[in-house]
Amino acid sequence: MHSQAAAVHPEVHNPALLHHFAEPQQQRDAASLGMWIFLATEVMFFGGLFCAYLIYRIKYFGDFAAASQTLNAALGAANTVVLICSSLTVVLAVWAAQHARRTMLLVSLVLTIILGFAFLGIKADEYKEKFELHHVPGASFQFQKSIPGHPDQMANPQHAQIYFALYFIMTGLHALHMIVGIGIFTWLLYSAWRGRFTPEYNTPMEIGGLYWHFVDIIWIYLFPLLYLIDLHK
Amino acid sequence: MSEHSSSSLVTYVGIWAALIFGTILTYFAARIDLGPFNAAVALTIATTKTLLVALFFMHLKGASEKLLKLVVISTVFFLLILLALSMADYGTRAWS
Repeated sequence: MHSQAAAVHPEVHNPALLHHFAEPQQQRDAASLGMWIFLATEVMFFGGLFCAYLIYRIKYFGDFAAASQTLNAALGAANTVVLICSSLTVVLAVWAAQHARRTMLLVSLVLTIILGFAFLGIKADEYKEKFELHHVPGASFQFQKSIPGHPDQMANPQHAQIYFALYFIMTGLHALHMIVGIGIFTWLLYSAWRGRFTPEYNTPMEIGGLYWHFVDIIWIYLFPLLYLIDLHK
Repeated sequence: MSEHSSSSLVTYVGIWAALIFGTILTYFAARIDLGPFNAAVALTIATTKTLLVALFFMHLKGASEKLLKLVVISTVFFLLILLALSMADYGTRAWS
């Protein structure tokens, strides 16, 4: 109905509606679909790393548990809470854009960026500790710890090094996604400040939100898999 | 698309509370000895949290586009192929 009106009367055409789409809903659906296909490739990208992690975790379980327990699980949990709170501020920002609440939109976007930096700050502190303890894979790697539940049996440093290699690749790639996410949200904040988003057109908010939530989901799996191995022993 | 009402704000805060609860639950569940079920419990909580984020925050619940659902389901399907077939291979090798 709307599309016919727009086709017959080009002068009432919605300026945000690109000419190759019939109506705004179709334009939004196309953008969402494209983003979800991109996220599908991201799932397979991280999936390969999760697969490598699972294979080595099953093979060297005791060594992985020993290495995992040098991580600060409380900091990992704190970072999970930070990301979940940022996901809330993101959905609030998307909602605010859809309902033309300018102040709420800007505040939510600023909070999201602050929480993103908080996550990276905590992560940087954890990385710093790894360097100090020589737990970074490479020539100066050192690891001396007994296998949890077996006080007389030392963990194999070579196998622990595989754990830390996976730890740095997976959390590092995730942190890189966070940095990209902060960049996207800084651009969204600038666009929102310029008043670019309206209830009729807020696709970048929706798409940016999908990306941020995806990065949150990756961490939801990284946290228990990397930080919480055999903690009860 | 999300429904355009302020009731969705209440839903968002409710989902956020459930996600925080899940995080606390997984943190303390890891400290209880459940034998081989520790990993299963951790992954179940993580998958529940993922479903909450995907359905409500990413607006999959209420998505009308059938093509979108196909993309999401095939993503999970191909991820499971990657994991299941790799595990079937490595799990049955006599290399250790």
